[in-house]
Amino acid sequence: MVGVVFIEPAGGEVELDATEGWSLMQVATSQGVEGIDAECGGSCACATCHCYVEGEAAAALPPPSEAELAMLEHVVAERRPSSRLSCQIKAAPTIDGLILRVAETQS
Amino acid sequence: MVVIGAGQGGLQLAESLRTEGWTGPIRLFGEERFAPYNRPPLSKALICGAVEADNLIIRGADFFTKKGIDLSTGTRVAAIDRELREVVLADGTRVAYEGLALATGSRARTLPLPGAELDGVVVLRTLDDALDIERRLATVDSVAVVGGGFIGLEVASSARKLGREVTVIEAVPRLMARAVSEPVSAWYADLHERHGVRLMLSTGVTGFSGVDGRVAAVETSRGPVAAELVVVGVGVVPDDDLARACGLDCDRGVIVDDYSRTSDPAIVALGDCTARRMLDGSLLRLESVQNAIEQAKSGAAWLMGKERRFTATPWFWSDQYDVKLQMAGLSAGQDRAVTLGAPAEARFSILYWREGRFVACDSINRPSDHMAARKLLDRGTDLTADEAADPAFDLAARARAA
Repeated sequence: MVGVVFIEPAGGEVELDATEGWSLMQVATSQGVEGIDAECGGSCACATCHCYVEGEAAAALPPPSEAELAMLEHVVAERRPSSRLSCQIKAAPTIDGLILRVAETQS
Repeated sequence: MVVIGAGQGGLQLAESLRTEGWTGPIRLFGEERFAPYNRPPLSKALICGAVEADNLIIRGADFFTKKGIDLSTGTRVAAIDRELREVVLADGTRVAYEGLALATGSRARTLPLPGAELDGVVVLRTLDDALDIERRLATVDSVAVVGGGFIGLEVASSARKLGREVTVIEAVPRLMARAVSEPVSAWYADLHERHGVRLMLSTGVTGFSGVDGRVAAVETSRGPVAAELVVVGVGVVPDDDLARACGLDCDRGVIVDDYSRTSDPAIVALGDCTARRMLDGSLLRLESVQNAIEQAKSGAAWLMGKERRFTATPWFWSDQYDVKLQMAGLSAGQDRAVTLGAPAEARFSILYWREGRFVACDSINRPSDHMAARKLLDRGTDLTADEAADPAFDLAARARAA
C-alpha cells in the first residue's frame, strides 16, 4: 500500500492507502474525496481531476505526458507548475507520502 | 428520494442530491449485480484484459454508507405508481418517493435475423457482456463486428490488439457516420485497414450461420464472412418501458426539457433513457457520459426545487488503437470545414461551421484543440472559417482570449 493525502477544496484532509497500479484519481473517487469530478473515468479526456501535488514525493513523480500537458492547458482552476491530472498518476512506492491538493473547481 | 438505474448517471444524481442539500433517505436501485461502474472502458481496456472489473467500480462500499445512499443492486423496479408516488419492485415491495429519478439507460439493439440466437453472437452493453466477450476473445481466432460505430470500432481495435483476425461489416458507406464528418470517417477507415482490419462498407447483414449451435459465419450481401465470435454493435434502444407504462410522455426515450423534467413534476429523467426537447422543438438523443452527468446535476437540482439549465456543448470521445478522437458540438449539417494540423501525422482537428456559425470540432490526438473548441462553443463565439483558415491561427490562444 502507498500512503497518499488528498486535501479537499473545503480544507478536509483525507489519508488513503492506494493500491499499487491504481490511478490516484481512482483511489480518490472510490473513497469519495470531494472535488474530483473525473467525468471521463481516467481517459485523459476531460481535465476534471485536477490537483496540485505537494510534499517531497512530488519530485519523484514521472513528468506529465504530452497528452496530459495538453489537457492541463485547459483546467478551469489556476494552472500552476504543480498542476497534475490525478488520473495520470499511478500509485507506486516512490510516491509514498504524496500530498494532492484538489483544485477548487473542475468545471 | 428514489433513483431507478445505478449507472454513472443514477449515481451522479444521488450524489448531487446530497450536494443540493437533501438530507433525507436516498434509495438507488440497479438491475445489474455490480455497484455503479464506468462503462466507457468496457469496449476498450476491459475486453482486452488491460483492466480488471474491480477497477471500473466508481465508488467503494464505504462511500455509500458515508453519503447515506442506500444502493440495492440486482433489483428490478417493475412499475411506478404515480398517484400514490410509489415504485413497485419485482418482488412486490412498494417504496414511497417524494421525488423520483429515471436513469434506466439503454439496451443494445439486436438484429432480428436468422441465426441471431446462435452461441457466439453477442452484444456489448454491460460489464457482464464485456466479461463474456473477454473470455470468448481468449479462445477464438476470428471476430466479426457488425456495425462501424464507436462500440464496433473500439471492439475491433481491442480484438486486433489481441491479435485476432477482425472483419467490420457496416451497412452504410462510411464509419461512425452518425457522429463524424466524411474526412474523419475516411481517416479512420485507413487507420483500421493499416491495423489489419478487413472493412466491408455498404454491406448488409442477412443472418448468421453455425455448426452445432455455435456461430461460424455472418451472412452478408457480399457473401459469408467466417467468424467464431460476432459482436453486434448497431446502436442502442432507450429503456423507457417503466416511463411509458406509467404514462409519462415518451418518444423513443423519456421526453425531458433542459432541466431534466419529465411530464410529471415529481419525476426527472437523465442519460441514455431520455430524449431532450430542444428550443426548436426537435428531440435530441445523446448517449454519452457528459449527457448523463449534466442531466443528473440538473435533475437533482429540480428535485430540490431549483432550476439548473443544461446548456453545455455536447462532447464525446473514442479510443481506438493509440488514437484519441474527441468531439465537441454536433457537426451534422455542417457546410464548411477547416482542418488544423496534419492528418498524415495523426494529429489534426477539423472545425465545422453551419450557416456561418461555428458548431463543432473533431480532434484526433489534439486534446488541446478539443478543450479550446469546447470553451468557445460553450461561451458562444464569432469565430469564422476564414479566421481559422489563416495559417497563423492559434485555437488555444483564441479560446484563452474568449
